[in-house]
Amino acid sequence: MTQPGVVIIGGGQAGLQVALSLRQLGFDKPIQIVSDEPVLPYQRPPLSKTYLADGNFDQLVLRGQAALDAQQVDVLLATRAEAIDRKARSVSLSDGRTLPYEHLVLATGTRPRRLPLAGSDLQNVHELRTLAQAERLRTAMSAAASIAIVGGGFIGLEVAAFARSAGKKVTVIEAGSRILERSVSAAVSAHLLQLHRRDGIEIRYRIGAGRILGTADGRVTGLLLADDAVVDADLVLLAAGAVPNDDLARGAGLQTGNGILVDTALRTLDPCIWAVGDCVDFPAPRGRLRLESVQNAVEQAKCVARNIVGGNEAFGIVPWFWSDQGRYKLQIAGLTAGADDVLVRKTEDSDRLAAICFRDGTFTGVETVNAPADHMAARTLLARTTGLTRKDFEDANLDLKSLVGSAT
Amino acid sequence: MPKVTFVSADGRETTLTAQNGQSVMQVAMVNGVEGIVAECGGSAMCATCHVYVDTPFVHLAAPASEIENEMLDCVASQRRPGSRLSCQIQMSDALDGLRVFLPETQQ
Ligand SMILES: Cc1cc2nc3c(=O)[nH]c(=O)nc-3n(C[C@H](O)[C@H](O)[C@H](O)COP(=O)(O)OP(=O)(O)OC[C@H]3O[C@@H](n4cnc5c(N)ncnc54)[C@H](O)[C@@H]3O)c2cc1C
Ligand code: FES
Repeated sequence: MTQPGVVIIGGGQAGLQVALSLRQLGFDKPIQIVSDEPVLPYQRPPLSKTYLADGNFDQLVLRGQAALDAQQVDVLLATRAEAIDRKARSVSLSDGRTLPYEHLVLATGTRPRRLPLAGSDLQNVHELRTLAQAERLRTAMSAAASIAIVGGGFIGLEVAAFARSAGKKVTVIEAGSRILERSVSAAVSAHLLQLHRRDGIEIRYRIGAGRILGTADGRVTGLLLADDAVVDADLVLLAAGAVPNDDLARGAGLQTGNGILVDTALRTLDPCIWAVGDCVDFPAPRGRLRLESVQNAVEQAKCVARNIVGGNEAFGIVPWFWSDQGRYKLQIAGLTAGADDVLVRKTEDSDRLAAICFRDGTFTGVETVNAPADHMAARTLLARTTGLTRKDFEDANLDLKSLVGSAT
Repeated sequence: MPKVTFVSADGRETTLTAQNGQSVMQVAMVNGVEGIVAECGGSAMCATCHVYVDTPFVHLAAPASEIENEMLDCVASQRRPGSRLSCQIQMSDALDGLRVFLPETQQ
């Protein structure tokens, strides 16, 4: 029998990165990734962007089979981890096998939040998380003339922008008081609202979807809203956020909150079990966090790999995120959610905008639209412990880069 | 199918076959070429797929967009005349034999 090594549950961006980083660090025991998807690990971000246009999976896959073989990373496809036996240190799989482990890494990601919406079982109602769902959406979208999207978050708006550019009639319904409410400042919400509306996307907020309407033979015809208004649509996308896949952890007696609970080193209460990526509820300076971003997935994976080979490193990053919404490139540097003071830089003759965010007088980050240099400058500023104040930003003109040069 | 050669910062060469339309970044990722991070997966939003295109090929690739140009100002290693984001270069027969040099660091 081979010696147990590292078993990783979930073959997404985080799971794969744990494996690659372990090999980079010289880890030489077996590494097995258990993935319930039928394809090799791939990037999800393009699923709501370029993939809808080109349907090209080759552009998404993160490592080919040959590269994985060369690294001796074993990926078990279309296989679910069903239960963890912590005493025996083993995982039972859907194919009946049991995998022993020395270290176990949970990288199970999230799944779309299910709304209790009548009519969700009609044909042409979609969710978007996996390649299979994206492929189904892409095919259906090419035949659809009008699309209703429930949820004005990143994925909803990205798909809306793509569909609009493809000539569809697009309506976005957001129950919150503005689009992207949990993610960006009111200034950026308002800016993107105006840009998307200018492009012809209809956006309604502060209104819930009541039910999905359809014909007797199960075809979608639209959405009935809480105020009894009807949005005609032949395709509905449900994009109301995601919930962490933490059932497996809970079933094994591990703690969960808003995801799988870990300590600063990303370890669960079981010293042999770690968690990385979208499914993780981790401690941060201003309270516990769960982030859904590629950067977080990749950096947590690297941190856990170092800790598995003997490190004892606390996880810490300057978070950054991007969201391509058609022609509009939103980038977020830092943790800007919850800002109580926002300085907005905007030029009238372009779509560019930078929102510089503060909380309790401290600089927390910058949200930009079509201003990548400002975004990169903000990341540099955040990486330093500068103690920058509002005044520093008031003095600098639009170019945040000038501050990079002057701050120490 | 066009070929592309990656030259690492310490001079190691890897030559790979690309598909037409595949980005240079994607060729590196699928084959596990070290030295390209590509955090944003090709959106020109992270500047961690920076390469130096060998001089004879610079004018053969489609020119950088405004966004790419702005991101190139922010790369972790020095920007030079052949600097490009490899996710923004699509392989084609015209680029067969392309050589790109990888920078010291991407982050
Ligand atoms: C449409 C879309 C657009 C996005 N756009 C952006 C963007 O622009 N920028 C950005 O930073 N981030 C974006 N994200 C988020 C980003 O993709 C995630 O943060 C990242 O994929 C997280 O990686 P992960 O490995 O933690 O989870 P995932 O990639 O979700 O991987 C988890 C994997 O585990 C599998 N799994 C779960 N349970 C089991 C089990 N019991 N057994 C076996 N396998 C299991 C799941 O099926 C899945 O394959 C986007 C996400 C989506 C869906
Ligand atoms: S992959 Fe991010 S800029 Fe090229």
